[in-house]
Amino acid sequence: MPILSLITYAPIVGVAAILALRLFGKADDPRAIEASKWIALFTTLATLALSVLLVARFSPGDKGFQFVEEMPWFAGLNYRMGVDGISVLFVLLTAFLMPICIAASWKSIEKRVLEYMIAFLILESLVIGVFCALDIVLFYIFFEFSLVPMFLIIGIWGGARRVYAAFKFFLYTLLGSVLMLAAILAMIGISHTSSIPELMAYHFSPTVQTWLWLAFFASFAVKMPMWPVHTWLPDAHVEAPTAGSVILAGILLKLGGYGFMRFSLPMFPQASHQFTPLVFALSVIAIVYTSLVAFRQVDIKKLIAYSSVAHMGFVTMGIFAGNIVGEQGALFQMLSHGVISGALFLCVGVVYDRMHTREIAFYGGLVTRMPWYAATFMLFTMGNVGLPGTSGFVGEILTMAGTYGVSTWTVIVAATGVIFSAVYALSLYRRVVFGTMTNAKLADITDLDWREVAIFAPLIAATLVLGVQPGLIMNLTQASVDHLVSAYQAAIGG
Amino acid sequence: MDAKLLVTIILYGPLIGAATAGLFGRRLGNTVSMAITTGLLMLSAVLSWVVFSQWTWGGLEAFTNTYAPFIQVGKFVSNWSFRLDGLSAVMLVVVTTVSSLVHLYSWGYMAQDDSKPRFFAYLSLFTFAMLSLISAADFMQLFFGWEGVGLASYLLIGFWYHKPTANAAAIKAFVVNRVGDFGFALGILTVFWSLGTIQFAQIFPLVSAHANDAWTFAGQSWRLMDLACALLFIGAMGKSAQFFLHTWLPDAMEGPTPVSALIHAATMVTAGVYMVCLLSPMFEYAPVAKHIVVIVGATTALFAATVGLVQNDIKRVIAYSTCSQLGYMFMAAGLGAYQASMFHLFTHAFFKALLFLGAGSVIHAMVHEQDMRRYGNLAKYLPVTFAVMTIGTIAITGLGIPGLELGFAGFYSKDSIIHAAYASGAAGDPLGYFAFVMGVFVAGLTAFYSWRVAFFTFNGHARWTSEDLEHHWHNRDHDHGHDDHGSEAQAETHAELDHDDHQGHSHGPALPHESPWTMRLPLILLSIGAIAAGYVFVEKFIGAEQHEFWRGAIYTAASNHVLAEGHPPAWTVWAPLIVSILGLLVAAYMYIWREGLGAKLAANRGPVYLFFYNKWFFDELYQVTFVRAAQWLGDLFWRGGDQKLIDGLGPDGVSALSLQVGKGAGRLETGFLYHYAFVMLLGVAAILSFALWAWNA
Repeated sequence: MPILSLITYAPIVGVAAILALRLFGKADDPRAIEASKWIALFTTLATLALSVLLVARFSPGDKGFQFVEEMPWFAGLNYRMGVDGISVLFVLLTAFLMPICIAASWKSIEKRVLEYMIAFLILESLVIGVFCALDIVLFYIFFEFSLVPMFLIIGIWGGARRVYAAFKFFLYTLLGSVLMLAAILAMIGISHTSSIPELMAYHFSPTVQTWLWLAFFASFAVKMPMWPVHTWLPDAHVEAPTAGSVILAGILLKLGGYGFMRFSLPMFPQASHQFTPLVFALSVIAIVYTSLVAFRQVDIKKLIAYSSVAHMGFVTMGIFAGNIVGEQGALFQMLSHGVISGALFLCVGVVYDRMHTREIAFYGGLVTRMPWYAATFMLFTMGNVGLPGTSGFVGEILTMAGTYGVSTWTVIVAATGVIFSAVYALSLYRRVVFGTMTNAKLADITDLDWREVAIFAPLIAATLVLGVQPGLIMNLTQASVDHLVSAYQAAIGG
Repeated sequence: MDAKLLVTIILYGPLIGAATAGLFGRRLGNTVSMAITTGLLMLSAVLSWVVFSQWTWGGLEAFTNTYAPFIQVGKFVSNWSFRLDGLSAVMLVVVTTVSSLVHLYSWGYMAQDDSKPRFFAYLSLFTFAMLSLISAADFMQLFFGWEGVGLASYLLIGFWYHKPTANAAAIKAFVVNRVGDFGFALGILTVFWSLGTIQFAQIFPLVSAHANDAWTFAGQSWRLMDLACALLFIGAMGKSAQFFLHTWLPDAMEGPTPVSALIHAATMVTAGVYMVCLLSPMFEYAPVAKHIVVIVGATTALFAATVGLVQNDIKRVIAYSTCSQLGYMFMAAGLGAYQASMFHLFTHAFFKALLFLGAGSVIHAMVHEQDMRRYGNLAKYLPVTFAVMTIGTIAITGLGIPGLELGFAGFYSKDSIIHAAYASGAAGDPLGYFAFVMGVFVAGLTAFYSWRVAFFTFNGHARWTSEDLEHHWHNRDHDHGHDDHGSEAQAETHAELDHDDHQGHSHGPALPHESPWTMRLPLILLSIGAIAAGYVFVEKFIGAEQHEFWRGAIYTAASNHVLAEGHPPAWTVWAPLIVSILGLLVAAYMYIWREGLGAKLAANRGPVYLFFYNKWFFDELYQVTFVRAAQWLGDLFWRGGDQKLIDGLGPDGVSALSLQVGKGAGRLETGFLYHYAFVMLLGVAAILSFALWAWNA
């Protein structure tokens, strides 16, 4: 059974069903709108079920690619799919977050609901495709096309400045993509293969590596995003609808980290080693700089967006540490950030849905009317701060542990981020949730309803369970990470 | 029962209590939530004493019970476990005893609060985190407990979340502790990279061989063990509120008083001391780090005592006193007298919890008035509180008879620190004499500020009136009127209180009244500890039986004789007692015989007074340096860096051009998408043609 293609294209079945509704009925028919939501939810849940099945059948001890599908495609290209421990993790994360996004959009999206659901399902299909693709051309197609639905989600269902934000998003990403495209062409030209496993085994000459590395770096650095190409992210987040932010922070940012681990390190090891100081420098600048910027924000979402950039700084640092502890830490940090920052954006969405503002000063004293919300928000704030016992801690400490012996300075600067995160996250919480409720408009605000509880429950469980039992995830990724690290170390050692 | 089972119940009981009260508290109701948490804590306390007795008298062997893996990557291996040895056995009884008494005390103290389940859940959560800390077998579980107690402290300081000062204090505590954790984390990583493990049992045997290894960074070579221990000590400075990182502790008094007693006096703040003692096998090989510990400890002892001399808030005086006593403990640890350090930690837990809870009883009686200038003559109305506070004060000031070796708890432990300091000096370490002088001098200051609290509160003339008390009641109602639901509940409890507790409130003038039995009982039990903890355990902790008692939990290098030194000169033995009595006499003179002299001196506002009163201006200093700098940099990076520089040169410049062409939102769905799709199609087409070319070539 080609399970990977099945998972990748399962959401398309939902798309077809909604399209049928759209074509054979009236677009503004409330029954059609209701039905489209249920179709989308069901489809994403089915995809999740398939992904869980995938993980269950995945053999963690095996370092290579599993469930490989290969067939001739067209123009001499092959359609290749397959997952290793690294990519299977992201497939699971994507499938896990999608039903949550659909449920989070249940009431907050009022216009063009059918199209919205279609955009999300297509996005899911494309993103899973990115992680499963084992052919670099196929990867590029999924990678590039995944931007289209995201672009539309921001540009159509976004806030007041959605045009500006969508355009900025587009501009940055285009810049990176063009360079990556050129690099991909060059790689195929040199190696005569487009298969990712074969490219991983191919030895590019050091000079070529340098140029290819830089081109890929342009694309992945924008995606992460790394300083100084991060400024699209806060705007994109602020304008995106809640579920759009969840996917953006939870999954699309991870394409950058995934790219570094799938392409940069294995295919251009010498160049990666050579550029490690640059990456370390940009990582710690990101951590300190964006933490301080986050501290001064007046918009809740913007604050969380900036804190995302800071957290991604730990990821790039860990990846380029080039050892097992650093890689595992980076992977775990990506997963954990996907859950925690997604949850934080959902927390913003809860109050935004009720009050239609994200201004921090508007709120205050919510705990008196919304105790369950306050507790939920507190948990994820602590996760964001990296409190031990939450998943946020594990990635942070491991990326630092991995890097410390490689570059002590880097970690000393990065560790100040642990102080700053406490400053901005706790002062945000204090201004929104604690204090006295002075704004009369908040007097009737209601606590979480059952739908919101259902949305948060899996995220809470993931944050806590992974916080005390990180091994559940690390066992999955271990063999692939070992393989990646030993190949990388062998390449730079010799 | 098997000790492994006992410790498991001790550790997880409070967690179950916290989860139950926290998640289902509203459904279960106040009484059930309180009964469950308090009951489980009392169970933990009783079992802890069983384990401690087995350890002390029953010959129980040290063990590590591993429950599950925690983080395990490569050599970075940590587990969820319970490590029982001499040190953790001592801490077990300290933590669970004080915690269970504080739980009980809170039944009375928090009687009028409308979120009791939350309060008790936090208390139990704290206890669980503290127990995880003391029972850790590796650095990761230690760090988990370390930050876990920080979380509980943050939640409890900010428990009255409608108070802006409480919120600010909570954040300050968390952030300052994070500054300490910054060093702590780097220390752990230094150990990990140099020794290749984070398990205590694996680290300790490696220390002697690697102590002189070099750790190079910034072009400098650092001696491994000194660097690691100094970094770890930064963590201890944060948690134990030592000089530079002390500013959070006095502010933490914004929390309810039972919290101050449990977390900010008896247990959490001693975690730093515990850590240094636990890591004695490392510190013994880190002479420079040990010197830093002594200097910081002695400076803190002096600094906090001077500030404590002149504060008027009863809780703040006791908070500074805690800070100062922690300085003593570090001084001892830095000199290598870890046993004396732990002994002082142990006795201090009893008398300091007693002093705090006693202060709470006073505050309760005075309807949340904490300014001692509004107390006076309370011995008459609060006889039990007066008695126990006096016991606590005798204990902390270390009164006892050196010749007979007979005294209250603090006498044994504090004097042992001072003696160790002298012995260390006599053995050739000049810092020993420095510590000795500081120790004796601060003992005098301690006596003054402690007796000042006692006399100012309980003796002299009443500086309050019945109207004040009435007025406070009224204010309390008003304070809590911020939400309708709450104030209804408030009104009910007040009515109840007027009948049960405030006899005469509605009939005659309001008078301070003694606390209910739930508060008096813990006070009495702690007084027993404050009296007897020293006498009973002196031989075990620091005397002839110490080796048998600790059984290897504390490592003392072969060259370290600070506790074994024979007979110190008689004057050094009498010195602490003499300065202590001097402090007592000065306090009595200023606050009893010449009542009002203190106020007069304060009114002069001399420079020394102002310097002490303003806490050496640390808050102001940090405000203008760190806080302002962070704000300024944040604005600079945001408005200057992101908006002007990066966006101005990059996307905004380009988009300004394009938007002129594209104009408006209506074009978005069509215009940009087509552009984008077009570019992508070009890209795919280019790849395909290139691929064809490559294959054919």
